[in-house]
Amino acid sequence: MKTASPTRLALTYTGLIVITVVMLLPFVWLFFGSFKTQSEFFSNPGAWFPEAFQLGNYVELFISGGFGGYMSNSIIVAVAVVAGNVLFSAMAGYALAKLRFRGKGFVFPLVIVSMIVPYVALFVPQFVIVVQMGLVNTLTAIALPLLVMPLSVFIMRQFAHAVPFELMEAARLDGAGESRIFFRIFLPLSGPGLATVGILSFLAAWNNFLWPLVVAQSQDTYTAPVGLAVASQASNTLNFGVMLAGSMIVLLPILILFLFLQKYFIQGVATAGLK
Amino acid sequence: MFLAPFLAIFLIFTAIPTVLAVSASLTDMSARDVRDPFAVNFVGLDAFAKVLGNPSFQGAFLNTIMFVVLCVPLSMALGFALALMLNRGIRRLRAFFRAAVYVPVITNIVAAAVIWQYAFSISGPVNSSLGALDLAQPNWLGESGWSITLVVMMGIWRTAGTCMILFLAGLQAVPEEMYEAAATDGASGLRRLWSITLPLLRPTTLLVTVLMTVSFLNIFEEPFLLTKGGPLGSTRSMALWVYEQFGFGNISASMAGSVVLLVLVGIVAIVQFRMLRPKH
Repeated sequence: MKTASPTRLALTYTGLIVITVVMLLPFVWLFFGSFKTQSEFFSNPGAWFPEAFQLGNYVELFISGGFGGYMSNSIIVAVAVVAGNVLFSAMAGYALAKLRFRGKGFVFPLVIVSMIVPYVALFVPQFVIVVQMGLVNTLTAIALPLLVMPLSVFIMRQFAHAVPFELMEAARLDGAGESRIFFRIFLPLSGPGLATVGILSFLAAWNNFLWPLVVAQSQDTYTAPVGLAVASQASNTLNFGVMLAGSMIVLLPILILFLFLQKYFIQGVATAGLK
Repeated sequence: MFLAPFLAIFLIFTAIPTVLAVSASLTDMSARDVRDPFAVNFVGLDAFAKVLGNPSFQGAFLNTIMFVVLCVPLSMALGFALALMLNRGIRRLRAFFRAAVYVPVITNIVAAAVIWQYAFSISGPVNSSLGALDLAQPNWLGESGWSITLVVMMGIWRTAGTCMILFLAGLQAVPEEMYEAAATDGASGLRRLWSITLPLLRPTTLLVTVLMTVSFLNIFEEPFLLTKGGPLGSTRSMALWVYEQFGFGNISASMAGSVVLLVLVGIVAIVQFRMLRPKH
């Protein structure tokens, strides 16, 4: 690769640093704001930094804010959604890439076309269906529509194409059944695909907002974002300290995962975009 | 059958709801009918006539178009500039910059909205910094011009990272030799950008344009959480209008509005396929 001139390099770095700082500023405000006391927001409103790093907001969040329950709801839903997507989309991807069956040519285009349907058109009928199933206000209803996402199937199908046919043919000749081939040969070879799907579906479950807002009708089924949104819209004078502490807690799991699994996050977007 | 679990969930929660949304828009369905969805009357295109003639829907329609027109080019330009800077010349901190710009994309939207509300509150950190520089301190959330600006800024903040990643993927497919050949021929940096990078990036650019257009046509969370569509409906998007009608119990109007949105998104998608096909 050609090396750029020192002036150009300096300009590039300056540009990148300025943009990055601006993009990250909201997180800086979040971090410092979450340690401010309620009175600091009034007495010294514009200050960037708290007078002292006190944990009162976090304590209040969990003790009187019921945030522990919301977090455990979010975790239960996320675990179910990740498990569902990893298993079911691997199965569907395997079928679409490696098996022959009637109607195959019809399923995949249908899935792709469905991806453009605006979500606001879907949530009302989904709500009617969940009402009919008698599942309103349950964690099951929150997780169910996300158990397999078209995007996960799309990604697993891409990865499944890369698994060599010869391995499966060899196993078939040795008398292995389809499910044995799937679990013993296909799954172990699809690691990166499964990781990408796992990350994307975790993100979709964790950040899901509109659907849980509609379906969770009492506090004991609120997920963390719904709890946060309801609290922030309920009070006219926002208790910024507690709300910011709640935002910290909602963001932390994603940020920690991102730190370790950056590659899969970015791979997911790149694959999803390049459909 | 390996496809069964996926197909079952897909049918119940995507395929059937799509059909139901379109059918409900042709009826007089209201909140009462949610428990007994077949007790509705077929009214043809009545709901569409009412929706299209409704000033609040027309306002939401225009707001949505405005968000698309402002956010799509701006977030693409920012994403493209970042991708160019990351792709050529720099080695140090590359992964760091890429990750930093990407963090807003994965950030939970409710948490993000709380942060933005705080940062742009009357005497929040943004205004106190502006005050320190002796600049005006606008009422970001309370005045329509400023609240639109805020929704647009937040939209760009949340999507620039996606544009950057997609442009980076596109740029990495441009063969290095082409630049070297052009450099030997004495082509300037700007000339190379114009004559090599942009033409070769055409498919990526089209793709990003469509993805961004569709995503901003559907814009919901930013106005819902940040401004509740206000002040005076100035930031209400079509998706937010659909949600509000559901809240009021006007299910048929809500669904008719969502079908209008679906048609708009469909047109964008069809145009995309037309434009991409000859090149592939």
